[in-house]
Amino acid sequence: MNNPYVPNLVVIRNITTENEANDIKTFELVFKEPEAMKNFRYRCGQFAEISFFGAGECPIGIASSPMDEDCIQFTVKKVGVVTTALHNSEEGTIMGVRGPYGNGFPMEKMEGRNVVIVGGGFAFTTLRSLTKFILHEANRDKFKDVTVIYGARDPGELIYKYDLEAWGKRDDINLNVTIDRAVPGWTGLVGFVPAILKEVAPSSDNAIAIVCGPPIMIKFTMPVINELDFSPEDVFLSLEMRMKCGIGKCGRCNIGNKFVCKDGPVFAYKELEMMPKEY
Amino acid sequence: MFPMKWKVIEKSKLPVLMAELAKENEVFAPVKEKSIVSFERISSENQAYLDFRNTKKPPKEVFFPQTETLFTYRTDKKNVEVLEDPAVKGKRVLLGVRPCDARSFALLDKFFSSGEDKDVYYLEKRKNTTIVGLACNAPLSTCFCTSMGGNPFGKEGMDLLLQDINDQYLIETVTERGEELIKKFPWLKDAEKADIERAKKLSEDAEKAVKSKVSVKNVSEKLDRMFDDPMWDQIYQRCLGCGVCTFLCPTCCCFDILDEETEEVKRVRIWDSCQFSCFTLQGSGHNPRPSGKERMRQRIMHKFNYFVKNYGESFCVGCGRCVRECPVNLDIREVVGAISTRQVE
Repeated sequence: MNNPYVPNLVVIRNITTENEANDIKTFELVFKEPEAMKNFRYRCGQFAEISFFGAGECPIGIASSPMDEDCIQFTVKKVGVVTTALHNSEEGTIMGVRGPYGNGFPMEKMEGRNVVIVGGGFAFTTLRSLTKFILHEANRDKFKDVTVIYGARDPGELIYKYDLEAWGKRDDINLNVTIDRAVPGWTGLVGFVPAILKEVAPSSDNAIAIVCGPPIMIKFTMPVINELDFSPEDVFLSLEMRMKCGIGKCGRCNIGNKFVCKDGPVFAYKELEMMPKEY
Repeated sequence: MFPMKWKVIEKSKLPVLMAELAKENEVFAPVKEKSIVSFERISSENQAYLDFRNTKKPPKEVFFPQTETLFTYRTDKKNVEVLEDPAVKGKRVLLGVRPCDARSFALLDKFFSSGEDKDVYYLEKRKNTTIVGLACNAPLSTCFCTSMGGNPFGKEGMDLLLQDINDQYLIETVTERGEELIKKFPWLKDAEKADIERAKKLSEDAEKAVKSKVSVKNVSEKLDRMFDDPMWDQIYQRCLGCGVCTFLCPTCCCFDILDEETEEVKRVRIWDSCQFSCFTLQGSGHNPRPSGKERMRQRIMHKFNYFVKNYGESFCVGCGRCVRECPVNLDIREVVGAISTRQVE
């Protein structure tokens, strides 16, 4: 029987510090066995359990795009035992990865439609995977207009600045990057994500919205989404939950009878409306 | 189907049977130490003790140990070697399991074998184990197996069932695996018709002796509409959050995974409990189940609604351990009873 708890070995190829506070870093990982890379076929919005040997495991959303063929990336905030060990490690360190887990974003449903991506703070990781995937030359034609609204507390906390810069130069994406409060030197948008969403007011016509962010952002974003007249089955949220096993066994990430790790983490708003409000 | 077979064994001969079993199997059975009866590996010093009502701890540990190594690994800075744990390959016999606890295995089997990623650690041990049950002649006042679809003489989850008929055990073959085991003991006597009839009478008496009744009819449907019911604000208030109800529950199987550094570095899983505040505490500090209210609701909902939705049965076998061992006398029978009579919109 295949043992789902044993990770594949990976090597840290590159570490990028993402924010000024220096507590968010992107780790670029390469599988030790090329075969394992081939078997690790993932979708945007999925996650994996990453192991730092001696510290333990934690679930992290996959930040790279499935189109990136030679490595996978995880953007990790330093919060606990495993993530701290990871932050203190160097390039060349051996780690473990098992997965991918979860359902991911409904890519097939998004094809042929306008896509509105709304994200806040550090939760932008899987949305970055999604945006990268859509903007890839092999995929861009499959999707119509792409609108991205992404906010962080201040400019120093915006992650993936290199991507934002590159996307900003393109004419096939409507990119709206905002910060919470004005600071000297910032010439971009200022305001919370829900307010900017209201201003940008992307049409819900033939559109799908993908929302991911901290609970407070979700709370104020959903009324705007409703005002924009998105149908509940066309709005998808990626949820956060404490997880351990990633395969629906350890018992902690359930919302009602659904497990965020295996039935989610992406749920249609319509599904969530019928689930207990316990997340 | 295999032919139904009934055998008998003198109680005094049981140690002989156990010794023979131990030649080819790891044998686990109830052992009495001081006043506590629990399932242990049987050896010459550790003799089976079958004169108990039910064990303090359920036998789930045989398949789902409280601490279990998933794998060990050797590591230096630039290299890691993962050594998969040699999951138990040898044959095992688990003897003396009460029918409620045997039913818990039927439920745990469903859970651990579901989905794409199966729990190999539980399933491998389970696959190699023959379960010999022990019928209940004298249920406890806290027992409510008959309300949960079980029976003091129930056979679900067992391969063989022992029934105490005075100075003998009547042995009933339940599965082919049980038959395989019995075949190895040709010296066992065939049962007489009177033995089987005696067991039948004891079975009827035992069923009547389960006085505690819980109405679970419509409980799952009621709970669908009770997530925000004010009832939850009340019932959790005296709960201490100690988690004993979940640790001693034969079906509770939530766990945590962590790395342990002793002489070797190991990835282990340990029992965890939905009754602990850190169970769902997120790295950000957000906790979707911040108080005892949400945590008790989770336990009840999981057993009587969520599991029913996912697997078609309640995740409770009515063993009554959580009732007997709760330090503040919270009684799951009362909670379920209150749900069943609750007026909900």
